[in-house]
This record gives sequence, structure tokens and C-alpha cells, in this order.
Amino acid sequence: MDARESSGNAPVQKATRDMYLPPERRKIADGGTAHISAREFSIYYGEFEAVKRVSADILSKYVTAIIGPSGCGKSTFLRAINRMNDLIPSCHTTGALLFDGQDIYGKFTDEVLLRKKVGMVFQKPNPFPKSIFDNIAYGPRLHGVNDKKKLMEIVERSLKKAAIWDEVCDRLDKNALGLSGGQQQRLCVARTLAVEPEVLLLDEPTSALDPKATAKIEDLIQELRGSYTIMIVTHNMQQASRVSDSTMFFYEGVLVEQASTAQLFTNPKDPMTEDYITGRFS
Amino acid sequence: MNIGTRKILDRSFTAVGIGSIIVMAVALMIVVVPIITNGIGAVFFTGTVEHRKMLFSEFKRGDSENLSSEVASSERYRAKVYQMLTGFEAELETMAPEQKAEYQAKYTQVRAALQALLGPLPGDPEPMLTRFKYGQTRWEKAEEKLHDLLYETRWDNSNPEVMAKEYFVSRAIGFQGTSLVKLFPYVKNNLESMLLPEFTCYWGFITDSSVDSHFFGGIWPEIQGTFFLAVGAMLFAFPLGVVAAVYFTEYARPGFLNSMLRSANSTLAGVPSIVFGMFGLAFFINTMKVSESKSVIAGALTLAIMILPTIIRAAEEAILAVPKTYREASLSLGSTKWNTIATVILPAALPGILTGGVISLGRAAGETAPIIFTAAVSVGSAIGLADVFSSPTPALSWNIYNLASEHEAAAQIRHVQYGMVLALVSIVLMLNLSAIVLRARISKKLKG
Repeated sequence: MDARESSGNAPVQKATRDMYLPPERRKIADGGTAHISAREFSIYYGEFEAVKRVSADILSKYVTAIIGPSGCGKSTFLRAINRMNDLIPSCHTTGALLFDGQDIYGKFTDEVLLRKKVGMVFQKPNPFPKSIFDNIAYGPRLHGVNDKKKLMEIVERSLKKAAIWDEVCDRLDKNALGLSGGQQQRLCVARTLAVEPEVLLLDEPTSALDPKATAKIEDLIQELRGSYTIMIVTHNMQQASRVSDSTMFFYEGVLVEQASTAQLFTNPKDPMTEDYITGRFS
Repeated sequence: MNIGTRKILDRSFTAVGIGSIIVMAVALMIVVVPIITNGIGAVFFTGTVEHRKMLFSEFKRGDSENLSSEVASSERYRAKVYQMLTGFEAELETMAPEQKAEYQAKYTQVRAALQALLGPLPGDPEPMLTRFKYGQTRWEKAEEKLHDLLYETRWDNSNPEVMAKEYFVSRAIGFQGTSLVKLFPYVKNNLESMLLPEFTCYWGFITDSSVDSHFFGGIWPEIQGTFFLAVGAMLFAFPLGVVAAVYFTEYARPGFLNSMLRSANSTLAGVPSIVFGMFGLAFFINTMKVSESKSVIAGALTLAIMILPTIIRAAEEAILAVPKTYREASLSLGSTKWNTIATVILPAALPGILTGGVISLGRAAGETAPIIFTAAVSVGSAIGLADVFSSPTPALSWNIYNLASEHEAAAQIRHVQYGMVLALVSIVLMLNLSAIVLRARISKKLKG
């Protein structure tokens, strides 16, 4: 109840399970809408608190970068958004994490439906050992599209969106594991796009790629900006400053600072952020 | 440790490794070479006219005109033998009683040896058993029987310290001074003309039923029975094993029950197969009453229980070896757990699962103990698919044991036993080879 009465941007005092924020409550000062909101959100691995009482809003249709040193909880936070942490038995959460105003960890949330809306691309390219076509068509088939022509349309559209169509259009029936690492990663993006998600979570998508493939992925993120809410975890601060609109800095599980990328990199408010982006620790 | 010692140690490890491989190769040769050479003898051998006669009258195979001309030519030479026999019988009648009794005993032995060599002699009653209706069908056996005819085997018991020694006495000497003495050189010199040996390639050994409990004919009922039992066991064990493995790896929560189930599974893998045999009899036949008595279905179920742990273990390993990233990728696309298992995990684990399955199939084909009480009989004809619920079947593994130890004429038909051994080894080998090929193919398809 408290949550409903508090303003969208400010942290709420008491976050409860199955809280709901209507869209008008999620309006941000500059006119955007919060797509994902955390309220006093903590993630535990057993006793260990990996993410500590984070309150933040992630703007719809913008690119948000999460930076921070290794082990600071940024990947854990990202994976919480589509409940990938469920695979780890000891993992549990407190507080609220809202997607479209609905608590992701609420008891009425269907994680399968959630994951359909919140797609994810992982650190290492992980195409299935199937043909390129079957990789892209995997999601749509799961969600009931079986018409060959329609599938072909989806595959073509997704591959074009992921800027890999020209490279693979003549070998759609070849095994996806035969592609190069960069191509595989873009294929994974295309596979995620094929289920038409609203949010795209990128967990260090370029850490296993060479600079050329990295540039292609970054171009791809620029292409997709404005159509999807994108969150990208990265170790590379240049990458964060290049591709994102807004940046979150995590340190030891605490969200130290969240601001527009331009502001965070040129005029950080917190001295810790400044130390990190200037390379005094990592 | 200095470099020199390390090098010496390294080299001696290599030497020990190579040495053990050589020892294994030699041991394998010692086992496999006799199996192959003797086993092939069941199909390729020097057959006599008796073999062709047997094939014609028991299996309706062969050219009747050709056969009758062969029989006629062999009978021409045999006629003289029969003539000598009747001549000697007439001579016996003229002898003094004690002399007659002495010769009569020796003559009976000669007749028996001749019967074994040439088949029933003129005037003999029609034999009841098929094995006595024909002479020696195989030339190497005929040569042994010829030796029996020419020499009497005696045992030297003079020295009680050592085992009795065997020695041979020429029968011809025993008949010195009678008309029969001419018989021995005659048979020796004309045996080839009487039996007409020629190279025979008897493929029917694989596809024929046996005649007179494996004395003649082939081993098709055994091959088919082995096939039914192994495939039947697979039909039960494979789906069950894969489902159990999926449960253990994907659904089971760690806890007391789960660890109990796992250790039960491991223990089951180590239980002696004869125990499974007794269990199959007690449970499937006596308690569950899947059939009146021994039946293929009871045997297949018993074998299935026996190979189940192996299949579960292999499938578990294969499922656990599927990269976690596949699971993550599938789940992140909004698939349910079951969908992920069915469309990503199981296909990726398939090579491992299939390999485990085929190796278990080979084991099911080769096991003897579980089917002794549940499915196997020593003699029988090939059963139809509809009979698997009610009737038992001969099977290679059990019949090899039977021929080696229990068959009353085991020494006469060693070639059948070796043929069965070779057939079983080939079947198991082919299954394992097909597992390797299958695995390679699917892995290649998965790797792209």
C-alpha cells in the first residue's frame, strides 16, 4: 500500500510482495516511463547478500549500462530481471522488483511469460546445436508458431534486425556452431528478438569477442535503441559510455550511483564512482 | 628428484603401459582366434555325401538328380563292404560256440563303427533318432571314425601311480584268419569314394532350425530368441531408464530419498546376474504371473531390470554433460522446464544415451543367468512374434552353455557350439560397432 502512495522515482520505505505500480506512478521527471523498477531489492545466495537494497528505475526504450568491478552483483541483478537466478537453488530475494509495475518475484508471476517478454543474451555465445533456422525459430515454435511461411518471415526479420542476415541468408540450414564467435553472438541476439521481447538483457555480450565483432555488437545495440528497453552489463567503460543513455554503478552489491551516462562519466556525484571510472581501482 | 631419474621413471611408465597393452592383445588373440577359426567351421567345412543326403531329406535342399547319382556311385563302393559283412556273418555261423562268441563281440564293435561312419547298414531297423539315420556328414569327423574302426582303444593300467594311458590295437589283427580281415584296408582305401567329401558352404547354419537337438541343421531359433530377448529388454528398460535419468538430473531435490534412490541404483548395477534370474522367476512368473511358466516376456523383463541401472547411469552422465548454457538459452526464450528437456537437453544428450543403450543391448544379448529360469529352453523351434507372451525360446547364450556341458552328444557337435559362440560374439560386436557409428554420426550432426 505504501508503494502505491509513494512517488515513482523515490525509494519506498516498505516494499511488499505483489505490489503494483500503475503507469502514472512510474512516470519519471523528464517524461519517460520506468519499465523496470527496483524497490529495496536484495538478492541472497544462501546467507550472502549479493545485491543490497537496490532502488532504481530503468527507463523504457532506453539503453541502461551497469558497470562495476567483478563480483559487485551487477550480473546477479541483471539475471534477477528474467529470473535466471531461479536455476541456483540457494538464491532468494527480498524487496520488490517490478516489471511493468508487476512484481517479478510475486506469487502470481509466470516466469515463462516473463522470460518471453524479457529476453537475455549471455556472456558466451550459446547457440543450440541445431541449424541457424531452427535456432531462430526455436522461440516462436515454443510459443505456438508452426506455419513454415510465418516462421521464415520471423527468422528473416529477426536476422535482419540483428544485422546478420546478409552473412547467413544462404546457409540457414547449416549448423549454427559453424559460425564465428561474433556471428554466433549476433545470432543469439536474433534468437532473442524472434520471440519479440520488450526488454533485452545483455550480460557482458562482448567479453568473449574480438574488437571487430565487439564493434558489430555495439552497432547492433545502437540500431535497437528506441525499439527495446536494453540493459547491458559491461566491464568496458568505453563501451558503456558509447552505447548507453543511462548508467548504473554497482560496488559490493550496493547501487552507488545512477545517472545519465553523460553526467556519470563527466561529473560523477559519488567519489567512489569517480575513483572507479578514472581507473583508481577496478 | 633429478632430471635423470624422472626420465627413467617416465620411460618405465611408458614401457609398462605398452607391455600391458601387448599382454591384453595376446590374451585377446588367444580367446578370439579359436572362436573365429572353429566358429567358421560350422559354415565352411568339407561335407560328405551323407551331409547332402541329410540336407535333402530334412530340409528339401539340393539337386535330387545330382544327389541320386552321387548316392549310386558311393553305394557301388559300399556294396562290397556290405558283402564282406554278410560273408563274415555266414562264416560266424560255421564256427565253434566259444570262438563264435569271441568273434561276435568284436564284430558288434566293428558294425557299430561302420554304422557311425556310413549310416545304417542293410538289414538294420529304421533308427528312431535322426542322428543315427546318416553316417558322418563332416569329413574330419569321418576320419576320426575311420580311426575308431581300424583301431580298438585300450587303457594301460599297469602302473597305478600314474593315470591310465590310452593305446590303440589294430582290429585287423583280431580278425586274422577270417574273411573280415580284408574289410579294414578296403574301407581305409575307399573311404573317399564311399563318402565323396567336397567343400561345403552351409549358410543354412544361420537360417535353419536345428534337427535332433542341434545334431544337424542350424541355429536360427537361438539367434531369433536372443534378438527377441535383447530387444524386448530394451523396449522396457530404455524408456524407463531415460525417464528415471531425467528425473534424477532435472527434477529430484537433493535429500534423503534421492540419495537412497541413487545408491539403490548403484547397488543394483553390481548385483550378480543369477540373482536377477532368481528374482525374475520369483517375481515375474510366480508373483506377477506374466506367463504360465518360462516365456520370452518374463525373460525380457528380467533382463530389463538387469540393464536398467546401466542405462540410467549412462543417460544421467550424458544429460549432465550437456552444457548449462543450452539450458539457460532455452529458458531465457520463455520455454518451460519440460520443453527445455525435450527440445534441447535430450537431443544434445542423445549420443551418450544411445551409446549406453546399445552397450546394454549387447549385454542383454549375452547374459545367460537371468534367462535360465525365466525364458530359455535348450531345444525348440523359432517362435512367432505372437508367442512371446506364452512360450520360452532357445537363446544363444543359454544354448552355448547347454552344448558345452549338458548335451549328451556334446563331443560330436563341437562345431555347432563354436558356431553359436561366433554368432553371439558377432552380434554383440556389431551392436557395439553400430553404437560407435551412431554416436559419431549424431555428434557430427550436433557439432555442425
